[in-house]
Amino acid sequence: MAAGETVAPRKVNETAAVEAGLDALDSAPAGPARTPVRQILRERVLPPVAAAVLVLLAWQVAYEAEVKPHYLLPSPADVWRALSDQWYEGTLFSTVWTSMQRGALGFAASVVIGTALGLLLGAVRWLRTGIGPVLSGLQSLPSVAWVPAAVVWFGLTDATIYAVVLLGAVPSITNGLLAGVDQVPPLYLRAGRVLGATGPARVRHVLLPAALPGYLAGLKQGWAFSWRSLMAAELIASSPELGLGLGQLLENARTYQDMALVLATIGEILVVGIAVDLLLFAPLERRVLRSRGLAGTRS
Amino acid sequence: MSETVLRAGAPARTVLVAEAEDPAVRLTHVSKWFDTAGGRQTVLDDIGLTVGRGEFVCVLGASGCGKSTLLNLVAGLDRPSTGTIDVPGERRPALMFQDHALFPWLTAGRNVELALRLRGVPRRDRPEEARRLLELVRLKDAYGKRVHELSGGMRQRVALARALAQEGDVLLMDEPFAALDAITRDVLHEELTRIWTENNLTVLFVTHNVREAVRLGQRVVLLSSRPGRIAREWAAADTPEAALTSLVTDALREEIRRHGRR
Ligand SMILES: Nc1ncnc2c1ncn2[C@@H]1O[C@H](COP(=O)(O)OP(=O)(O)OP(=O)(O)O)[C@@H](O)[C@H]1O
Ligand SMILES: [Mg+2]
Repeated sequence: MAAGETVAPRKVNETAAVEAGLDALDSAPAGPARTPVRQILRERVLPPVAAAVLVLLAWQVAYEAEVKPHYLLPSPADVWRALSDQWYEGTLFSTVWTSMQRGALGFAASVVIGTALGLLLGAVRWLRTGIGPVLSGLQSLPSVAWVPAAVVWFGLTDATIYAVVLLGAVPSITNGLLAGVDQVPPLYLRAGRVLGATGPARVRHVLLPAALPGYLAGLKQGWAFSWRSLMAAELIASSPELGLGLGQLLENARTYQDMALVLATIGEILVVGIAVDLLLFAPLERRVLRSRGLAGTRS
Repeated sequence: MSETVLRAGAPARTVLVAEAEDPAVRLTHVSKWFDTAGGRQTVLDDIGLTVGRGEFVCVLGASGCGKSTLLNLVAGLDRPSTGTIDVPGERRPALMFQDHALFPWLTAGRNVELALRLRGVPRRDRPEEARRLLELVRLKDAYGKRVHELSGGMRQRVALARALAQEGDVLLMDEPFAALDAITRDVLHEELTRIWTENNLTVLFVTHNVREAVRLGQRVVLLSSRPGRIAREWAAADTPEAALTSLVTDALREEIRRHGRR
């Protein structure tokens, strides 16, 4: 056993010198070079733009060929006009804003409730065995199914909208947190115990940060579900008393048979959903993974 | 050269010697078994071990003999099946794991600061204290580095700094240098010895490496395998390092050979 080992340097200075050498060898050369802007443009921006252009082209061709009569299938330009009309009337911003406000509020409430519920279920075993399967089931139940019930219970009010959003998003967030907690390596929990992290300190300093990747995935999915549920609720529970959101605009456009406005609104809903994911969750997730050395070299 | 067998056939002496001093850890008749699908597996059998305050004790044993189990019991992560474990000090024992077990969501400095925080060190003193500890393991430049940016040896040193931050009455070390290359390990042995002398630590160190045990420990305790019993014990001061190494190696080989014959 001793054969392969070296004799230790005797003097402390020498030890320090060897150590400095080892550290110098160990430390990685300064991080990977930043990807040049042109490469980012070519690899990350160009493909989606090209895809969008192709879709628009196909649409225009279908329009020209009159696959459907023009009042059923308006041209891209018509839809663009509907959008700019909205812009000049000042309704574009206010409609999107109304929906986003509801989405944000509903999502925030879902985060609070979903997180508390997740922590509770994580801590109390029998509760989890009892409610866990129900939550997983709820996750696959389209929350639009709750709209009729909510309308009967709460009438055409904001309460209906928020109830549907909560029912849609809370299960995702809770399940995400539970999955994150389940995947925490036991070693971290033991290390936390050795350091004296018990009770709330354990949750705050060990459990939550360790479960963060799974939790974030749950939040991301929770947002997608919030937004979907919100649209379903707005679409069905539309009444003049409620502020005009995107879902209601969509319903109004349908009653006026204004296909250009219908398509424009669908576009707006899509853009908001994607933008929140791209601008909020994607960078957050990337940052968390990268700070733990879990992300690939791709930025 | 005289082999100092304190324990082979006469268990009384060590206990008496250590009891006269101020014990930091005392295990009496500690056994640990696990009930597995294949029946009851006794991992540790009637372990009696006392570590005096300020002592450096190495427990040596083959892979799988129950070294980690032993340290987990002392650290309070698990309970003995029978027997008692006394850790009279006020502070819980600090444990350095076989894998560094640093938290990857924190920087090296923050890992150390978390230990300080959980020990109750006021916020304003933490950064300075963390830097002092990192300097102690000669890593003051690693403060802002993430765990994944450090090499294996650096991680173990940060883990040591974090364990020291606990200021536990005992420092338990579970093969902390097993995964490192020989030169890095040599360097860390020097560092550990220096830190132990300068800071009056009590260390219970577990390893399967004879050289490591002989070099670091004031006492070397040999653990047999399946079940883990204390087979022998040597005091390092009585025998030159090289001679003791071959002595202990022979004893360990004999222990392992016993299993092959069965
Ligand atoms: N929770 C457990 N349940 C069942 N068996 C266990 C458990 N923990 C440990 N063991 C068994 O106890 C024995 C000793 O394990 P332990 O990890 O303490 O060994 P070790 O001496 O630390 O080994 P190594 O040198 O490889 O780290 C092993 O045979 C292992 O299978
Ligand atoms: Mg082990």
